Amino acid sequence: MRNRLKVLRAERDWTQADLARVLEVSRQTVNAIETGKYDPSLPLAFRLARVFGRRIEEIFDDEPL
Amino acid sequence: MATNPSDAADFARRGIRSTVALAGWTAAWLATLALAAFGPGQLWEDSPALTAGAIGVNVLVGIGMLLANKRSLEAMDELQRATQLQVMAWTLGAGLVGGLAATLLARHGLIGLEVGVAQLVAFMGVVYLAGTFIGHLRYR
Repeated sequence: MRNRLKVLRAERDWTQADLARVLEVSRQTVNAIETGKYDPSLPLAFRLARVFGRRIEEIFDDEPL
Repeated sequence: MATNPSDAADFARRGIRSTVALAGWTAAWLATLALAAFGPGQLWEDSPALTAGAIGVNVLVGIGMLLANKRSLEAMDELQRATQLQVMAWTLGAGLVGGLAATLLARHGLIGLEVGVAQLVAFMGVVYLAGTFIGHLRYR
């Protein structure tokens, strides 16, 4: 699944570790989502949407990479 | 979701704490297992009560280790849990298939190795370690 995590993170000048701390997940999980290796659960996708103040579909696109 | 830095640090701290606790329980379980295995004959002679007591303590500490493992899984995030699920599935599958195949090979005299519970546990341990390492590399 495509996503805009890297762009949104860069806009805030956050590292993967910064985002991981806010989401209470590991940095590896942020990296795996960002690179499309792992699709987050719905609760985690909602948490991401809240963190960035966007709707889920503004962050994730269900077209394959 | 963490709203301040101290809440946010809790996830990492919980993970470390639960892993250390699991390591402690595992070490204690191994120690009690060694006591139950080597105590009769090495530390005491002909005492069924002491032997049964040592086995009982080993089972109780084993239950503690299982609960610590459960808490460790609960402290993980969803990707870590998914990785653990895959690794445990591989370990169980390899143990079952490999264990039974090795037993058959030994029974029919095709291998000269002794195949028992100790060898099976060691094999499953190697598969689990390899799977954990591969999972770590995949998502590093």
